[in-house]
Amino acid sequence: MSTRSEILKKIRGAVGGPDEKNVRRVSVEQHIKRHPAGTLPSKISSKAGAIKLFIKRAKSADATVEQCGTANVAEQVASFLREHNLPATCRTGTDYKLKRLVSSKANLLELSEGPSDGNDITAISCALGGAAETGTLILVSGPENPTTLNFLPENHIVILHEKDIVPHQEDLWKKIRKKYGSGEMPRTVNMITGPSRSADIEQTLILGAHGPLRLHIIIVKG
Amino acid sequence: MEIRSHKFRQNAADALANEQLQNALAHVRSKFIQKRAKAVNNLKAFDTLRDNATAIKNHTLENLDVYLEIFEEKVIAQGGQVHWAATAQEARGQVLDICRRVPAKTVTKGKSMISEEIELNEFLEQNDITPVETDLGEYIIQLRGEHPSHIIAPAVHVNMDQVRDDFRKHHTHLPEDRVLEEPKSLLLEARGILRERFLKADVGITGANFLVAETGTSVIVTNEGNGDLTQTLPRVHIVLASLEKVVPTLEDMSQILRVLARSATGQEMSVYTTLSSGPKRPDDVDGPEEFHVILLDNGRSSMLGTEFQDMLRCIRCGACMNHCPVYHAVGGHAYGWVYPGPMGAVLSPSLAGVDKTGHLPNASTFCGRCESVCPMHIPLPKMMRHWREREFEQHLSPPSNRRNLKLWAWFAVRPGWYRLMTRFSHLGLRILSGWSGSIRWLPFARGWTRHRNMPGPERQTFMQAWQRHLVERRKS
Ligand code: SF4
Repeated sequence: MSTRSEILKKIRGAVGGPDEKNVRRVSVEQHIKRHPAGTLPSKISSKAGAIKLFIKRAKSADATVEQCGTANVAEQVASFLREHNLPATCRTGTDYKLKRLVSSKANLLELSEGPSDGNDITAISCALGGAAETGTLILVSGPENPTTLNFLPENHIVILHEKDIVPHQEDLWKKIRKKYGSGEMPRTVNMITGPSRSADIEQTLILGAHGPLRLHIIIVKG
Repeated sequence: MEIRSHKFRQNAADALANEQLQNALAHVRSKFIQKRAKAVNNLKAFDTLRDNATAIKNHTLENLDVYLEIFEEKVIAQGGQVHWAATAQEARGQVLDICRRVPAKTVTKGKSMISEEIELNEFLEQNDITPVETDLGEYIIQLRGEHPSHIIAPAVHVNMDQVRDDFRKHHTHLPEDRVLEEPKSLLLEARGILRERFLKADVGITGANFLVAETGTSVIVTNEGNGDLTQTLPRVHIVLASLEKVVPTLEDMSQILRVLARSATGQEMSVYTTLSSGPKRPDDVDGPEEFHVILLDNGRSSMLGTEFQDMLRCIRCGACMNHCPVYHAVGGHAYGWVYPGPMGAVLSPSLAGVDKTGHLPNASTFCGRCESVCPMHIPLPKMMRHWREREFEQHLSPPSNRRNLKLWAWFAVRPGWYRLMTRFSHLGLRILSGWSGSIRWLPFARGWTRHRNMPGPERQTFMQAWQRHLVERRKS
């Protein structure tokens, strides 16, 4: 008998008889299909409330947050770069939402496209959404927003549209099911709450570990 | 890792006498407890979420076979592979086969307790493959040739001066006169060194905090970002996970996430929660080309259906050890195997055998703090008692314990003699304490009094006091 069937047989022996397995499979599949949400702690009733909470939570996780209109995104990025004495070159994916936002101000920024090889100082990504409860960004892999951009550059700028801020992560699971199909996922989903950190030396918290030293979120209005 | 749990008494005595270790352990006592308390107090629904998380895991364990099959189907449908391993040896072999085929010279690793459990690093080295730990704490102890002393803060027993010395000793290509005064400079140095390793590695190995059956997804929860670089940059991503890590749906995962970070580090969410499903897709521009999940049993299926099944709910948050007076006093290495603290005292005998780790369930004061903070409501003290009983039944406890317990049992069924004996020992203790204050020396219990005083007894035995209470109540 293969290891697989031996392990499964052992489990089955402990939790229920072999005949009963099909019955359990049906009820398990129903649970997966219904995927009930359980308890959602923060009561958030309005969009404005969700945005406010998202900003508060993201800041308390040491991200920096700015809000601006669609016309001013490029300026926001440029002012963040200036503030930290960073060059105007940024790495991005092919996300058309980002292109649309910064294309009219192409002279402010020098954008290059593709994944990171570790030599980029700043990357810009677009988030699929943000969960207000904890100030968490959700980014998905793909050519639009390559995963290496979230981790290799020292500075990560994330564009988040107001309309994509939702109360809880569960709202984003709904969105992912809709976009990719039920039970389907992109290769990587990153939930990001603040810049990287470590407390491994004497339990002293230090910001900036292997991932970005800075996480800057630009919330785009309208 | 050689099991040294049978030497718990000696290990503990050494730990208590180790001043440097005692300084380091102070950080556990102060920082972890405070941070958790703050995070828990800030969330009214915490207890409800704990109940939900417990119910989700119970449901999953009761249908573990079905959920594992669904998980496997999903991984395969997305182009990944699943390998089932009954033992540590089998799991090591599977990792080696993949590495040989690649072929891999360097393997980067995210933090994984399963990797410690199966002694993967030693094994890879024997086979001419270099494992590189990339979590800062893991990296530090790898340089020191040690094992983790805590499940979420592996280098908690090391202080900053030691890290500085280790870095100077090992990073010899860097200028000798560089300044390494702050934790920050140490972190940046490690970041620089590990960056090169990340980019060169052929295979990346991570653990998994969860496996989501619904989507065939493995999930890691980290703060440093090292796990993500480990699983994104190399050509092959291997996930090492034990069977019980599976949860049904994304929503179920989210419920448990809400208690995990709060219980572990006092954060609302860890910085990175990363969901990986299969290898990179055809139009992806980064990510691994191969995705393997190794599902390890190594004794877990034998816990199902026994009084130890509840232990399989554990999400490895570390809260039980952070709140354990025994862990505070002796640290993690004294436990002598991979898993320390209360969760280790229950899990180690299940996985490594009660004959080798039988001392561990005795490493408890039964104060109950571990159970009261456990986000998964695991009855740790009760399970430690189960192990003690088993140890006793199997004649595994030391002869002196068995003799004393037998003696006590003889008195316990003879109430007259029992009262007489307690009165005499009470008198004896009162004399030792000098009729007041505390006892600094006890015959047959020097192990206890060498490091602390024992409080002197009350004026009366409990039974005398109770008798008097009854008489007075009758009068009034
Ligand atoms: S036993 Fe409970 S408290 Fe201890 S690590 Fe496991 S889940 Fe956390």
